[in-house]
Amino acid sequence: MSKDIQGVGLGIASRFAGSEFAKKYGLRRPAEKLAYVSTKKGFEVIGQMMANKAKKKSDDPKMLPEPSTAGLFDLTLSEEQQMIKDTVRSYAEDVVRGLAHDANEDMDLPETYLQDIMDLGLNFFSVPETLGGAAQTYSPTTNAIIAEELAWGDFSLAYATLAPVAVANAIVKWGTQAQKEALLPDYLATTPVKSCIAVQEPDALFDPAKLSTKAKKTKAGFEISGVKSLVPFGGKADTYLIAARYKRRNRLFVVPGNAPGIEWTKAPAMGLRATATGTLKLDKVAIGKDALLGDDSFNFEAFMDLGQLHWCALAIGACQAALDYLIPYVNEREAFGEPISHRQAVAFMIANIGIELESMRLMVWRAAALAEAGKPFHREAYLAHVLCSEKAMEIGTNAVQLLGGHGFTKEHPAERWYRDLRVLACINGGMHL
Amino acid sequence: MINLENPKKFRALVNQAHQVAANVFRPISRKYDASEHAYPVELDMLAAIMDGMNDGTTGEGAGAGKLKQDSGAKKEGIQNGTNMSTVLSLAELCWGDVGLSLTLPRQGLGNAAIAAVADDEQFARFGGKWAAMAITEPGFGSDSAAVRTTAIRDGDEYIINGEKIYVTSGERADCVVVWASVDRSLGRAAIKSFIVEKGTPGMEVVRLEKKLGIKASDTAAITFTDCRIPATNLLGDPEVNVEKGFAGVMQTFDNTRPVVAAMAIGVAKASLDRTREILKKLKVKADYRTPHKLASQLEAKLYRYEAEWEAARLLTLKAAWMADNGMPNSKEASMSKAKAGRTANEITLGCVEMLGMLGYGEDELLEKWSRDSKILDIFEGTQQIQQLIVARRLLGKSSAELK
Repeated sequence: MSKDIQGVGLGIASRFAGSEFAKKYGLRRPAEKLAYVSTKKGFEVIGQMMANKAKKKSDDPKMLPEPSTAGLFDLTLSEEQQMIKDTVRSYAEDVVRGLAHDANEDMDLPETYLQDIMDLGLNFFSVPETLGGAAQTYSPTTNAIIAEELAWGDFSLAYATLAPVAVANAIVKWGTQAQKEALLPDYLATTPVKSCIAVQEPDALFDPAKLSTKAKKTKAGFEISGVKSLVPFGGKADTYLIAARYKRRNRLFVVPGNAPGIEWTKAPAMGLRATATGTLKLDKVAIGKDALLGDDSFNFEAFMDLGQLHWCALAIGACQAALDYLIPYVNEREAFGEPISHRQAVAFMIANIGIELESMRLMVWRAAALAEAGKPFHREAYLAHVLCSEKAMEIGTNAVQLLGGHGFTKEHPAERWYRDLRVLACINGGMHL
Repeated sequence: MINLENPKKFRALVNQAHQVAANVFRPISRKYDASEHAYPVELDMLAAIMDGMNDGTTGEGAGAGKLKQDSGAKKEGIQNGTNMSTVLSLAELCWGDVGLSLTLPRQGLGNAAIAAVADDEQFARFGGKWAAMAITEPGFGSDSAAVRTTAIRDGDEYIINGEKIYVTSGERADCVVVWASVDRSLGRAAIKSFIVEKGTPGMEVVRLEKKLGIKASDTAAITFTDCRIPATNLLGDPEVNVEKGFAGVMQTFDNTRPVVAAMAIGVAKASLDRTREILKKLKVKADYRTPHKLASQLEAKLYRYEAEWEAARLLTLKAAWMADNGMPNSKEASMSKAKAGRTANEITLGCVEMLGMLGYGEDELLEKWSRDSKILDIFEGTQQIQQLIVARRLLGKSSAELK
């Protein structure tokens, strides 16, 4: 790890303090506080700041309530979301991007990566306040913003960072009260949890509605058998959240990483290489009675939709990274005596990346906002994934194209975005906003 | 707070527009497609309805005559205003018929220009009139700076000379907003817009175009021969400001491009709705249950078109939302127009293809919609012009650098 994490934290905080945003909302002083503690649980601090601010506002009769925007079309981020966005982007820029190349080559996470990123406090932000976390509400839109900003640094490292967060999100959303109390404290501990959701199976015509992985009831609990693909963390995960067929429905089971009958074998793919993906075989794995996540109200379709939206949000981050990388490149690269961006053939590709990237973002935000409001969002999530699958790969391939031969080499990150973005149209599950 | 649903406050307005589209436009849609240049008499009654919608209970109204970039300063908090309501209601009207929507009295692009730049005195004189927009000339299209029509100051008058083509509602409107140069040696900065009232001596409608689609809307060629108008008919600042240049005249487009995008969204939705209806009877369900890549070709196509359509719609709403809240939206306006224009064309043509002879024949309106949609990717800035604008904004390039 090349950067001193404490220095990075201070960098984030000072940049925030100097931002227009901090000025506008009179947050300089809290930002100084943030600088002091940001090396510990940055998000916890943001959460507390927002809570204090809200409290102060309601206590002070002179403060007018903010005008209600309920029911209006609106794309304004909340103050909290804006702070989170700025903080995560800073981290992605200062830390994540710099680690991406080597992590991809090493096909593993940098040694202290998961421990270091604990300091950002993302886990805290998933766990509700009542259970010791910092989340005031469950917010798929905020989670989408986090995914996008982190993936701006690197798709693969963002996946590794957020896979356990996704498990926490799924537990928060679907778990019983007893499961929340039993499982979520792990996500607030000082050592990182390695956990992930596993749905995808190695079948060319895989349909998540028809899982081959089966669970059956036993005296002691359940027994699961099946095979799962693209499972990260090099077989070292503490916990897997496994999707399996049970009583003619698709359900999720909490399976300890060291349960007898589990076998992980290395299975690299064209992308997501930093996460050390592999194939997980479950051979009559016995788990306890409390392993079945949630109750009969569990909605597999909504669970999958939140997963696909999470992947889409990651892809948006990588596509934004590509656009931000391409603009200075095509402006500086010269051919025939002028920057190549002066040619419409090049400029129009940039325009279309900009247009489709914004399309992707609006589609994902719309579905996430519906989910957050507790409204039906299946159609919107489905269509968001259809659009993002196509456009993300289009942007990925054009990013390499615009860099020409350079784009084909590992001198530039475009070929990595290209490989990572290919996953979007192939993947089913594994994440959860 | 992030929310991308249509605002509740415009529900009644949108429903009203849908009723007009379904009950007035659709029944006469084929009739005026078949009889190009016949004046749709049904529209006079509609004009009154539109005026009623404008002055409706929301107090903000909708339509070309109401479009204005809000300053954003006068109201607290986030607004969903006239740009949003116009975009939403026009999409509904164009679900009924694009050509008829375009020939709605007092809803011309000239009205949008007047609303955007007229002073109080001009607004009092022309605000209630139907105004067409005359920009294009035989010698240029997208290159608006190449205007050859001249307006020479003579005392209290301007004398206009030149020829304009592709003037939507040029024959039916009460007046025409004409782009002309006050001094051709000063380049694009000298281009100003002038209101010429119908019947002014020297102005003559010389031809009506026969077109691929939107036949219910008249498209006129107009000549101006020593046509004298009062100097007070000049819209905006009469001074030629070489520094500021063309920006003033072009600003109108930031408001009108999302409106044309909305038209595209309307006609594309018409095709999608009808195609779904027909396919449903043929047991093609497309209920979002089968993963996209495992769906049948027809289902997968429907999903893709719907996704593209939703994306275009959201981009358009975003551009309108920005205008309503006083945010500069030139890039987003062009993004919405580029996306909606090409998407509507692809969807309407694709729906014809999906249904084969049923789509291709005149028994259905699908073939008509696929003809109507083409203009939406051309007028108010072609696909390529929109991409140019978006590219310049993203790359930070001037029009001299990125040509």
